[in-house]
Amino acid sequence: MKLTLERSDLLKSLAHVQSVVERRNTIPILSNVLLETVEGAVSLVATDMDLTIVEKVPAMIAEGGATTIPAHTLYDIVRKLPEGAQVQLDGSGDSGQLVLRAGRSRFTLATLPKEDFPTMGAGELPHQFTLTVNEMRRLIDRTRFAISTEETRYYLNGIYLHAATVDDQRLLRAVATDGHRLARVERPLPSGAGEMPGVIIPRKTVGELRKLIEEADETIEVALSDARIRFAFDDVVLTSKLIDGTFPDYQRVIPSGNDKVLEVDRRSFAEAVDRVSTISSEKSRAVKLSVKGENLTLSATSPENGSASEELEVNFNGEGIEIGFNARYLLDITHQIEGDGAQFAMADAASPTLVRDVADTSALYVLMPMRV
Amino acid sequence: MSTLCRDCGTATPTVKAPAGRCKHCGSPRTIIHPELDSLAIAHIDCDAFYANVEKRDDPALRDRPVIVGWGRRGVVLTACYMARLYGVRSAMPMFKALKACPDAVVLRPNMEKYRTVGHQIRACMREVTPLVEPLSIDEAFLDLTDTERRHHSSPAQTLARLALHIERAFGVTVSVGLSYNKFLAKIASDLDKPRGFAVIGRGEALAFLRPRPVGLIWGVGPALQQRLAGDGIRTVGDLQDRKERDLVARYGSIGRRLARFAHGEDDRRVEPHAPTKSVSAETTFDEDTAAAEALTAALRPLCDRVAERLKRANLAGHIVSLKLKTARFQVIARSRRLGAPTQRAEILFQSACALLEREADGRRFRLIGVGASDLVDGSAADPPDLFDPPHALLGRAGSDETAECDPIRSDQPDR
Repeated sequence: MKLTLERSDLLKSLAHVQSVVERRNTIPILSNVLLETVEGAVSLVATDMDLTIVEKVPAMIAEGGATTIPAHTLYDIVRKLPEGAQVQLDGSGDSGQLVLRAGRSRFTLATLPKEDFPTMGAGELPHQFTLTVNEMRRLIDRTRFAISTEETRYYLNGIYLHAATVDDQRLLRAVATDGHRLARVERPLPSGAGEMPGVIIPRKTVGELRKLIEEADETIEVALSDARIRFAFDDVVLTSKLIDGTFPDYQRVIPSGNDKVLEVDRRSFAEAVDRVSTISSEKSRAVKLSVKGENLTLSATSPENGSASEELEVNFNGEGIEIGFNARYLLDITHQIEGDGAQFAMADAASPTLVRDVADTSALYVLMPMRV
Repeated sequence: MSTLCRDCGTATPTVKAPAGRCKHCGSPRTIIHPELDSLAIAHIDCDAFYANVEKRDDPALRDRPVIVGWGRRGVVLTACYMARLYGVRSAMPMFKALKACPDAVVLRPNMEKYRTVGHQIRACMREVTPLVEPLSIDEAFLDLTDTERRHHSSPAQTLARLALHIERAFGVTVSVGLSYNKFLAKIASDLDKPRGFAVIGRGEALAFLRPRPVGLIWGVGPALQQRLAGDGIRTVGDLQDRKERDLVARYGSIGRRLARFAHGEDDRRVEPHAPTKSVSAETTFDEDTAAAEALTAALRPLCDRVAERLKRANLAGHIVSLKLKTARFQVIARSRRLGAPTQRAEILFQSACALLEREADGRRFRLIGVGASDLVDGSAADPPDLFDPPHALLGRAGSDETAECDPIRSDQPDR
């Protein structure tokens, strides 16, 4: 194998693929990136056995071939090469070695044979649909903050993507929950997704995908079976295993009869929550909401530091209520609300509260109160 | 400078060392130290506590080597000084101890009795100063700063009298370490054991520490020791020769501790109400056990015990840890952070089982334990969960639409 490519092209793709490679690996080959020449390009492949990324980089191929070298080392080298450098990779000499040349620098890297590199066959992916990059970002951003990190309930460690029917309308929904809050966002079901099974996309895959589409072009091709999902866009293909578990019937914990409705200005509410919770040094900071008529008092107390409160003018349809929430959870949700108004529909201080963006009904959030 | 007699507690003005016998009672047990009157942080450690309590209660044991511990499978909890002459040490497996000292009398521990004596001794300490920080049933830190006026004697004199009083009242001996901080006081109490009284002053701390191995420093375990050795740091002196900034850069926050302790600096206060850091329970099997079911079964009562103790102390743990000791005495510790702090046995059990699953690969284990740490106030325990039936308000939830997913799984944590 012998090829030459632009440092900037290589760096951009390596930044993507090295992020999939775990820093610590018990299986040495998983620390490596697979380089394989194709027509006018070299494809970079990295995997952690659950998640595989393939990205093509334009290259001038002098001699075809394939090998694997340590991903993080290669990334660090390329990162430190001067801007505008031409990088030459030469694996034609000594077997077991790859020589990297750029300007007056020369690196010899130990390789592992391409045959040892685990390839994850995607199998058949019968359900295929297209989403715009913007829509995909929205599905992820509105839900990922609620993904559980608790390994005991592994089936909550991802985003549940599935088809749903509401009043004869077919929808694609993304849902995530950690048991304390739940986020649900939906859009019309794209064609090709009609028969798709409900799938749970692992947290790491969600994170990698989100990073990759930050700078992606227009659309993403999604293909899935009940075991795997593949995202293809630009020159990147990301294939991931799905979480083998059953997502709970989340619909049953979304309250529908909450009749105490509070409407706040989203920005001033978020700022007030942030200020008031500063007083508490604890990790799970509770903020108390006391509503009386048109007046909302946010308050927090800390046994060490003292107490804080702030008042806001609000719309409220009831007499009064006192209810406590985790401040961080409140902020996570209000950050996802883009409109001016946030609506809280409450039943009582111990029951799940429904939060919505007044201007956008396609996303909703459920928040479990805290004892205060 | 003055000479302190440990037998009559008298302080006699002295011009220079050596101290010689007490001018008052003639005892040879005297201490002389230039900083004796200005040091106030002490560590008091009972000598071979469990074994000496047993010897006190059964004079027939007085001249025999005594080991307190469990059967052949257990470990030595305490060996009396006679047994130590044969090489018996605490935490040594019992079969090894008996090989070293076949004539030893092995007694099963009577924790209730030791606790009673321990609490009586602690009460005596508290009469001397309210600043008593117990480390375990038989050792504690004492801060005697500003007690001179109350006792009409220097901290050193007060301590000598306390040690005598404990010996006479309870029939067990203690060793006292006196210095200007906890780190050095603890080291000092070990220097002159048993029935000892050792002093480390500011003037000698650096030179005293210099040749000692780094493992002496609190927080430096085998792993860090190895890493330090890899960087050419074996003695405390090697640490003294390095800049704090460099140590922090290389080892992170522990670097600061290394630098400060190496220079004999320790600003930890004696905390009479030191908060609990972790709650744990463990058990040694009668026979080494490999079967996953047996290991899992052993976890349940341990989780019940930890949950019980968390609830009693109104605490909740954010981290659940599993401890295993292999048949070859290798200790394996695994932990995981929970989404929310818990004090529920079921959650501890589920997390511990998940950790165990990865370790139960056919290896044989002699001990299993479970613990909760990163403790927070009990009020934060087990926040209501959407999928936890009592909180989920299943009856009231709406069903105005159908979603294509399965009902809640039956493996949700139960109450």
